[in-house]
Amino acid sequence: MSSLSSKIQDVFNEPGCGKNQGKSEKERKKGCTKQLQPGGAAGGCAFDGAKIALQPITDVAHLVHGPIACEGNSWDNRGSKSSGSNLWRTGFTTDINETDVVFGGEKRLYKSVKEIIEKYDPPAVFVYQTCVPAMIGDDIDAVCKAASKKFGKPVIPVNSPGFVGPKNLGNKLAGEAILDHVIGTEEPEYTTPYDINIIGEYNLSGELWQVKPLLDELGIRILCCISGDAKYHDVACSHRAKAAMMVCSKSMINIARKMEERYGIPFFEGSFYGIEDTSEALREISRLLIERGAPAELMERTEALIAREEARAWAGIEPYKQRLAGKKVLLITGGVKSWSVVAALQEAGLEVVGTSVKKSTKEDKDRIKELMGEDAHMIDDMSPREMYKMLKEAKADIMLSGGRSQFVALKAKMPWLDINQERHHAYMGYVGMVELVKEIDKALSNPVWEQVRKRAPWEETTWEERADAAIAAEAAALAADPALAKAQRRSARICKCKAVDRGTIEDAILEHGLDSVEAVTERTHAGSGCTGCTGTIAGILDSIEDWRPGSVDEPAKQAA
Amino acid sequence: MAKVTHSQKACTVNPLKMSQPIGSALAFMGIKNCMPLFHGSQGCTSFGLVLFVRHFKEAIPLQTTAMSEVATVLGGLENVEQAIVTIANRQKPSIIGISSTGVTETKGDDVDGYLKLIREKHPELDHIALVYVSTPDFKDAFQDGWAKTVTRMIEQLVDPVPADAARDPAKVNLLPGAHVTPGDLDELRDLIEAFGLEPVILPDLSGSLDGHVPDDFTPTTIGGIGLEEIAAMGRAQHTIAVGEQMRPAAEAMEKKTGIPYTLFDRLTGLEVNDDFIALLAGLSGRPVPNKIKRQRSQLVDAMLDGHFHFGGKRVAIGAEPDLLWTLSSWFRELGAEVAAAVTTTESPLLERIATAEVLIGDLEDLEKRAADCDLLVTHSHGRQAAERLAIPFYRIGIPMFDRLGAAHQTIVGYRGTRNLIFEIGNMFIASGHEPNPETWSLPEETGHVGEKALAAH
Repeated sequence: MSSLSSKIQDVFNEPGCGKNQGKSEKERKKGCTKQLQPGGAAGGCAFDGAKIALQPITDVAHLVHGPIACEGNSWDNRGSKSSGSNLWRTGFTTDINETDVVFGGEKRLYKSVKEIIEKYDPPAVFVYQTCVPAMIGDDIDAVCKAASKKFGKPVIPVNSPGFVGPKNLGNKLAGEAILDHVIGTEEPEYTTPYDINIIGEYNLSGELWQVKPLLDELGIRILCCISGDAKYHDVACSHRAKAAMMVCSKSMINIARKMEERYGIPFFEGSFYGIEDTSEALREISRLLIERGAPAELMERTEALIAREEARAWAGIEPYKQRLAGKKVLLITGGVKSWSVVAALQEAGLEVVGTSVKKSTKEDKDRIKELMGEDAHMIDDMSPREMYKMLKEAKADIMLSGGRSQFVALKAKMPWLDINQERHHAYMGYVGMVELVKEIDKALSNPVWEQVRKRAPWEETTWEERADAAIAAEAAALAADPALAKAQRRSARICKCKAVDRGTIEDAILEHGLDSVEAVTERTHAGSGCTGCTGTIAGILDSIEDWRPGSVDEPAKQAA
Repeated sequence: MAKVTHSQKACTVNPLKMSQPIGSALAFMGIKNCMPLFHGSQGCTSFGLVLFVRHFKEAIPLQTTAMSEVATVLGGLENVEQAIVTIANRQKPSIIGISSTGVTETKGDDVDGYLKLIREKHPELDHIALVYVSTPDFKDAFQDGWAKTVTRMIEQLVDPVPADAARDPAKVNLLPGAHVTPGDLDELRDLIEAFGLEPVILPDLSGSLDGHVPDDFTPTTIGGIGLEEIAAMGRAQHTIAVGEQMRPAAEAMEKKTGIPYTLFDRLTGLEVNDDFIALLAGLSGRPVPNKIKRQRSQLVDAMLDGHFHFGGKRVAIGAEPDLLWTLSSWFRELGAEVAAAVTTTESPLLERIATAEVLIGDLEDLEKRAADCDLLVTHSHGRQAAERLAIPFYRIGIPMFDRLGAAHQTIVGYRGTRNLIFEIGNMFIASGHEPNPETWSLPEETGHVGEKALAAH
């Protein structure tokens, strides 16, 4: 087994991941890798994920070994901020050519490392493996080792060619690279009982700096943030922290857990999005530090700071609360952010009419239910057309999402706010929350909406009206014809990976008396791919009373 | 909505305003084979001339009656006569446009009376039109001089037509204000022609000062609208005026010829252009061409993409009333706030501007009010203020001497509005402040107790 595939197996075996531990040995081997559907997949690759995870280390040279596409098409597209060196923003790539593909690109890679060290003298060079050199057998580990020895500088191989899996796997492989080659290789000048690591925070839009002053005031030192605004030396010394906060479990749980395992650094998962979550995270940091020997008075100071800063934040939000009361938000985002943002928005008096849970875990979903009530409108996966319909039907006033779905909102002439990585505003901590509310208010109150929704004087019907009419006609046709509605319902593709429709699942449930998602998966294979549809399958099981033939509610539900 | 105030200062510092006579001269420059003539001292002319040369980067025809001290005291009849005869002999224009200045207005020269005498004395000049406009420097401003001149030309040069006369359904008169650039005129002409209509533009700077290389040298204006075309304007089916300043001119046209008019107080923005295009569709009886529908759709998209960068931005604008109205309404529609507005002269539009105060003042006043703004918008003279304020600076209006292409700056129509969104949106993007570790630091007075705790170790 190659070192890369054993590394991938290792990552799949993540004991810190609840979802992973819930699987059988055999299932676990398959990993959490989403089997992408040819023709129906869009998203980053493992290389992308690895680069995203490590690139915010600001003073190292990030060298991409591969043809121009990998770095050429993607560099300078992320807004991490640096308080010092900006070397991370320089795009380095070996830009391999045909000759390299035939004869191997190792020599070019070695020379590239040499040139970088001569010209830029960074504390380290990170070398990212991509698909093409991986295919032709370039051994970047060997090259890095040789270069490291020759130039007397760390040259770190990041073995994550794109084709091994999605972005998320790349995040973890990047984590493995620094666990193996960086963390623990240097020692800090001094340590204090107040040293923490923050893991999985990338300092996008400088968000870390919305939180750092709070920690500064408490005397808590961020020994290393992995990897936002980090310097190579910080990462190398990070094993001396007393405790760690993991911000995004999805991307770097392996780092947090292995540092606990190897260096005894306890960690917790928290969020700095939202006022209450920020306070909770600060308390938890203090608690862990006290457990590890910091004076108990730290908690008193923490509480005092929380009380003061919460009051400041509420005062900052107050002027907007009245203007925003009752305004409805549709939230389309991924993972951990969905519940922390729900909480944050509710704090500002906004009503969340729906949230996506595409990348959320079961716990995330439970948390959302807790916050939004049992009827929470959770969206697993949504086509742009469904999203448009949702915007219309839920009569949301604004949509918050990542950049990719922005145009659904904008073309529907709905206010939209970017809360994903490409955003320009920082929304963390107490000040970030006030900023988010301010931005929402700004978007909602912009008179541009009134303008752009105006129909041209010569226009008889707008495309929105035609779309609405089509949706209404469809609904009316279904209401009038229960058989058609049933056929329509049953034809919905539930599992996209295995191409299983709802009818198949319903039949299997009725025929075999299935009562769990696993049983359904066993029978129909639905949910055995990316597992993104398991929530929907659970929903079908839960609502059996509504759709079972002969059920009293059936016609009404079908119409809905 | 806005309170209109006047600067109480005795001393104007860094003037925003320019004088009436040069507004008047510019209007004359839109007439074919015309020689604008300032009745004043030589300096009045030379300053105006240099200002236009720097702005348009073109040869500017402008003559002077070269009033001396003695001539000024005794009256300028001889100078006016001599100037007209000389110009007639040398440059052979079809029309001489005479604008008075501060010095001759102070003396009280009766130029209309002079012209009557000159006409009697010089029948050989009968073929040359002489149009005189009273434009004292010490009253009103640039756009007023322009507007008065266009009104005067209509009164004097357009052939009267009975109200029930037969009209040419293809012809539409267009009366642009002083703030409409040659580039804007090109855009408006394209839009009007897209409906099969034929615009007759008075004055037409797009032919004379649009920065093209002429085929031969002429000492008078090149291009522009000809006298015969002006005379025939009474047969058009409709008049479109752009800018509140053009209302008197449109009214004068209606009074003389019975042509109904529509006044657009601005043509930058979505809704106003919807009205404009609807009017053209109505006048022509034709459907809106797909090209224009597409431009509208592109503008809507630009507004959607652009509004993020405009929302909440504070903008300081210094411009003449019609341009100020155009820009401030447009900024408002994209979610920006007009935090400071300074203008040059009275206009009924001023109190309708969505801002607390519109000041008739100077660039010093604007600079003072722009202290916490995100953008300064005015003519080139604002550049030092913007530098001191360390905020981005968008140049618009006359003079724009430190940039190329002033004549082609186009902000009307769907396309012009779209471009303006991109130009200014890009400035906002470029001036975005990068955060640093201190951006969100806690207030000093909270006291950093933690530092002590940390220092202890």
